[in-house]
Amino acid sequence: MPLTTHPQTVDDNYVLVASLDNVRNLSNILKAITFKDHAIFNATPNGLKVTVEDSKCLQANAFIQAEIFQEFTIKEDSVGFQVNLTVLLDCLTIFGGSTVTGGITALRMCYNGYGYPLILFLEEGGVVTVCKINTQEPEEPIDFEFCSTNVTNKVILQSESLKEAFSELDMTSEVLQITMSPSQPYFRLSTFGNSGNAHYDYPKDSDMMELFQCSKTQTNRYKMSLLKPSTKALALSCKVSVRTDMRGFLSLQYLVMNDDGQICFVEYYCCPDEEVEDG
Amino acid sequence: MKFRAKIIDVGCLNHFTRVVNTISKLTKTCVLRLTPDNLYFVLAGKIASGGVSMWCELSQANFFDEYQLEGVAPEANEICLEVTPDNLSRALRTAQNAKCVKIKLTKKHCPCLTFAAELPTLSSISRVVTHDIPVDVIPRRLWHDFKEPSMPDFDVSIYLPPLKTMKNVVDRMKNLSNFLVMEANLNGEMNLKIETDLVSVTTHFKDLGNPPWGDDGSQGRNPSRDPKLMAHTRVDIRKLQQFLMGQQVNPSKAMCNIVHKRIIHLILLHEDVSLQYFIPAVV
Repeated sequence: MPLTTHPQTVDDNYVLVASLDNVRNLSNILKAITFKDHAIFNATPNGLKVTVEDSKCLQANAFIQAEIFQEFTIKEDSVGFQVNLTVLLDCLTIFGGSTVTGGITALRMCYNGYGYPLILFLEEGGVVTVCKINTQEPEEPIDFEFCSTNVTNKVILQSESLKEAFSELDMTSEVLQITMSPSQPYFRLSTFGNSGNAHYDYPKDSDMMELFQCSKTQTNRYKMSLLKPSTKALALSCKVSVRTDMRGFLSLQYLVMNDDGQICFVEYYCCPDEEVEDG
Repeated sequence: MKFRAKIIDVGCLNHFTRVVNTISKLTKTCVLRLTPDNLYFVLAGKIASGGVSMWCELSQANFFDEYQLEGVAPEANEICLEVTPDNLSRALRTAQNAKCVKIKLTKKHCPCLTFAAELPTLSSISRVVTHDIPVDVIPRRLWHDFKEPSMPDFDVSIYLPPLKTMKNVVDRMKNLSNFLVMEANLNGEMNLKIETDLVSVTTHFKDLGNPPWGDDGSQGRNPSRDPKLMAHTRVDIRKLQQFLMGQQVNPSKAMCNIVHKRIIHLILLHEDVSLQYFIPAVV
């Protein structure tokens, strides 16, 4: 990587150094979870996990494995900090956010540990930008206690089909209702807005349905305002898994392919608005 | 006072349109000075109150096929008008494919610049579209406000990096801070910096080159100046962003003079147009 070492930064002191030849492999996935100002970063030898939460009812996580980075060096088992995500994104996209600019920006991200700012070195076409972003003590992310053993219903769909539905969703509806069932209508998205009730049905033998494992009929409602940000992750993804557990908690997992064809994951957890016993 | 001009070359018309579009992005109103040889778009900012100023010079012979001017008096053979550049842009937009555009100073209910565009049609009879653009005539006693600005006694003069790169960086920096520091030295290095409680960002440009102003190729003013020493000025970031947003065509030369802590003087040179833009420092 053609970045010269900045005099103030001595590699020995860093607890975390992560480099990317193409910063979009980080910035694009972070854009999929930017609905609040603050994000909790947690780095382990496995890679980077970035968490954003909303009103204790919604949590989004982006996972960027260590293998995605050209360099990923961590000196502790776990390194955590909190930063302003919108500021971070403005810095990561300092040379312009769009794909059509033609240039590729390289990134070197360095962190000295508790109390130190997050330092970014970005380079494009011989021009170097250095950013120092203040960090805060990381909050503990909520544990939604969503485990695979408690999953009652699971489907995996190709994102194409859901993208259409989500782009047409009636936003005047306060909730998005998800029905999953071993029998008709199998997988249904419903809204109840000013224009009336709308239903999107996905039969279990549809081409788009890659996996269908529903054991129990469940209908749950989720606040539309909470789920709206997930459309950004949906837009980036090629596949999505939708799971609910016995409590009606929702897990959306998105498989995202980056510019270099590598796979990253984004997941959203959401609490149900109210439980509706299907009649 | 008389003014009549005509453009018949489509290339000249497009070029003139681009210049007017750029000016309209830089300011809502400005002064148009018409002299026998040149046209000037002038914005005399009130420096004391933090305004920017602009001086754009066009050589009339490079644009107009016919150009007739009778100024306010024989010894003051020029006309000064206050115009809204966006109105000129709009008139020129309809004249895009014109065979010929005539511009005339007229008096309708008020003084106007009348644009008459002769548009081609399928038949032999042309269609003429006319725009009457109201203007204010500026009396001679106020002309001293609109003189060519003198070259400031700068500390450093440097060629600008690619305007597109500057614009991308400044656009992002504007999200983070209201103020930006521009600094440069005689080593061809320029930095753009912002700093707030939350974040500090510095973009480093190298190998830009310094224009040779003095006879000996140096920058004249202080030959013993340490080449690494930066001259810097802190400005309102929106003013720099506005300047960068307006640039539609890549200039043949782009440079910047910095008067330490006082002013940024930007100069863009195209083949037949020169644009100077002054951004004052904020404390």
